[in-house]
Amino acid sequence: MKPFVPERISLASGAGGRAMRNLVESIFLNGVTSPPGAVGADAMDDGAAIPLGNQWLVMTTDSYVVKPLFFPGGDIGRLAICGTVNDLAMMGATNVLGLTCGIIIEEGFARSDLERIQASLQAACAEAGVHVVTGDTKVMARGELDGVVLNTAGVALCERVVRDCTLQPGDRLVVTGTVGDHGMAIAALRADVGIEGDLRSDVAPLRSLIAAVLNAVGEGVTAMKDPTRGGVASALFEMAQKSGVSLLLDGPAVPIRHPVRATAELLGIEPLHVANEGKALIGVRPEALETVLAVLRAHPLGRDAAVIGVVTSGRPGEIVLDTGMGKRLLHEPEGEPLPRIC
Amino acid sequence: MPDATERLEFRNRDQALRLSERLAQVVARIGRPLAVMHVCGTHEQAIARFGLRGLLPADLDVVMGPGCPVCVTDQPEVDEGVALVRQGVRLATYADMLRVPGTAGSLADARAAGGKIDVVYSIVQAVELARRSTEEIVFFATGFETTAVTTAAVLSGPVPPNFSVLSAHKYIPPAMEIIAETPGCRMEGFLAAGHAATITGWGVFEPFVARHKLPVVVAGFEPLDILAGLIALCEAILAGRQEVINCFPRCVSRDGNRVALDALWRVFRPIGGRWRGIAHVPDGNLRLRDTFSHVDARSRFTIDLASLWEFAPPSLTAACICGDILAGRLTPVDCALFGNRCTPSDPVGACMVSTEGSCRIWHDYGGRNRSGETL
Amino acid sequence: MCLSVPGRVVSIDGMTAVVDFWGVRRQVQLHIVDEPVAPGDYVLNHVGFAVRRIDPSEVAKTLALFEELMAGGSDDLLAAEIHAQLGGDDA
Repeated sequence: MKPFVPERISLASGAGGRAMRNLVESIFLNGVTSPPGAVGADAMDDGAAIPLGNQWLVMTTDSYVVKPLFFPGGDIGRLAICGTVNDLAMMGATNVLGLTCGIIIEEGFARSDLERIQASLQAACAEAGVHVVTGDTKVMARGELDGVVLNTAGVALCERVVRDCTLQPGDRLVVTGTVGDHGMAIAALRADVGIEGDLRSDVAPLRSLIAAVLNAVGEGVTAMKDPTRGGVASALFEMAQKSGVSLLLDGPAVPIRHPVRATAELLGIEPLHVANEGKALIGVRPEALETVLAVLRAHPLGRDAAVIGVVTSGRPGEIVLDTGMGKRLLHEPEGEPLPRIC
Repeated sequence: MPDATERLEFRNRDQALRLSERLAQVVARIGRPLAVMHVCGTHEQAIARFGLRGLLPADLDVVMGPGCPVCVTDQPEVDEGVALVRQGVRLATYADMLRVPGTAGSLADARAAGGKIDVVYSIVQAVELARRSTEEIVFFATGFETTAVTTAAVLSGPVPPNFSVLSAHKYIPPAMEIIAETPGCRMEGFLAAGHAATITGWGVFEPFVARHKLPVVVAGFEPLDILAGLIALCEAILAGRQEVINCFPRCVSRDGNRVALDALWRVFRPIGGRWRGIAHVPDGNLRLRDTFSHVDARSRFTIDLASLWEFAPPSLTAACICGDILAGRLTPVDCALFGNRCTPSDPVGACMVSTEGSCRIWHDYGGRNRSGETL
Repeated sequence: MCLSVPGRVVSIDGMTAVVDFWGVRRQVQLHIVDEPVAPGDYVLNHVGFAVRRIDPSEVAKTLALFEELMAGGSDDLLAAEIHAQLGGDDA
């Protein structure tokens, strides 16, 4: 059956879950072709990889719309740099040549806010060790846009491309830290329900963390993906489906901070369904596991790294979650996570 | 200690395993297959979310009842909301309601087509919205009595003049009667919804027990609550006891919450109405009393349902078996639409929409197929 | 059907309480609780309203009830079985 896309695009189609994949597959990938030997758009990986001599040129692009623009732990500027740096890193491309940054601003937007965004963007570049080398600016009339929209693209080189579709049975699944921090902080703010507590985005550039892991174990890493929109569930589902494997998750082993867990209970939102902006899911060969964990935990961004599951040869795309009491399927989120009353 | 760890205590794995062993013993004593029904979507959510189905004995069929207020909200009720939005009225509602299909699409469709809909977590936010605005704000109120009392509480106090309520609230006790009276009902006991009983009190089930000669257990929603509730229910079945057993004493008393009940019946009156898929449920719908007509969207606006007549209800609706599923007669896998024509992204029946809907839960978490195999 | 979460009351201002839910806090309305609520008490929250004050002694009772159910006791079961046989027609 053709994937379902509604007559008019709803917000769910942009939320990173099943609805968004349906939209991309049935409209945007229609007729799309890739250069020979390249990992192109149809791969729906974190970025594209084009052969260049004996190396790979990796490219990625992402647009950023977030409400509110400033949130605990970060802002749209930091998000725009980290998102693109992390997408490159997930392809194994940590040798970053440069980034582009386009910005579209709504008429009437405060200059002070723009300066704040720009300062944060620059700070994130310095932290990640990357440079914005070109950009673009547009202003639209009031009401034609809500505040500000950013787009960044990145170009990097690597010797070996790491894909998201190459998990093998027996691989261990590692997450580089706590899950659900960014998404739950934003969901709590957006629900406007006055939740107060230590909720903050985890937005951070993973370049040096991933470089350390790849330097240490090389092909011991079989696949990577960053669990952004749609959360860990969506990223794992994609990895499993594309790799033709199934996954067994150890629920109690998934690191989740207390305030995130509490907010999840309060709003009825699954922590595995919301975005992370400074985490990676890594498929690791069993023999490399110990090294990977040691390298991750020695890095400030990997302190809470944990093994959360194993790759099995069951039904492709199926994720079985062991809750500690019993097993169940873990489903892909449908659309935007919203608080529920039942 | 009812401390932060309280929730953990009710999720203790070892205790869950011990309770499940005990449940198996009791069911073995009964010595034949039996079916019981829970009347609360949150029970099903918890059973699915914690993977408890695998802990239940094969001879015990725990059937999902009409326990989701979103699922049983009928098309005409959704249509009223959609019609108001199409008339240009700004609507606030719980996220749960957004994607429930009506005759002419869902509220989410109406929003994508330009309608003004705000998602709120609490009616208090909807009132705030009205306070900050000069526009008319209609709160589309759904939920069982637990939620209805919060609507009642707000309407009992002062509200802004531009605020009104479109009530689709439901009252659960009469629905249990409908199920028990269904010819051929194979349920030998009911697990009643703990949170609703917090309001009504467990005493509300006594006439039911007397009439139908079936035990009712009031149970909470943590894994241990559910397993303990099932043990108590099966023990009562084994012993032939017909009574109400309160396994949720930390939240439920015999008389319930008087303050909340007073507010509920001051503001609402029960009327009969169709529950989606089920039947006409006498006294199953909660509507605002005449004394509250000034805040009743049905009085304040002429809801132009005729504007939706050009939309024929989706033809697939005829093949939908939500009603049989909600009544516990069939399971989602018995439906020809399940998982192919009816999915969470393109739901045909309401049971696929709500996160508490039977079909949605089975689709997302895996259910139990005919051979009793889980997942 | 009704997502409800227990939390501990931190402070109260009129009909509004600040409640701690396992590490995060939010305001909860007290209009429909039927018992006086004081800081330190536990309440059950549903859509921003406390629908019930949770008596700590009842929490202990619930846990004791679970123990009882788990222990079961074969004597009880036997008695129950005999009881069922005696009153078998309405079982």
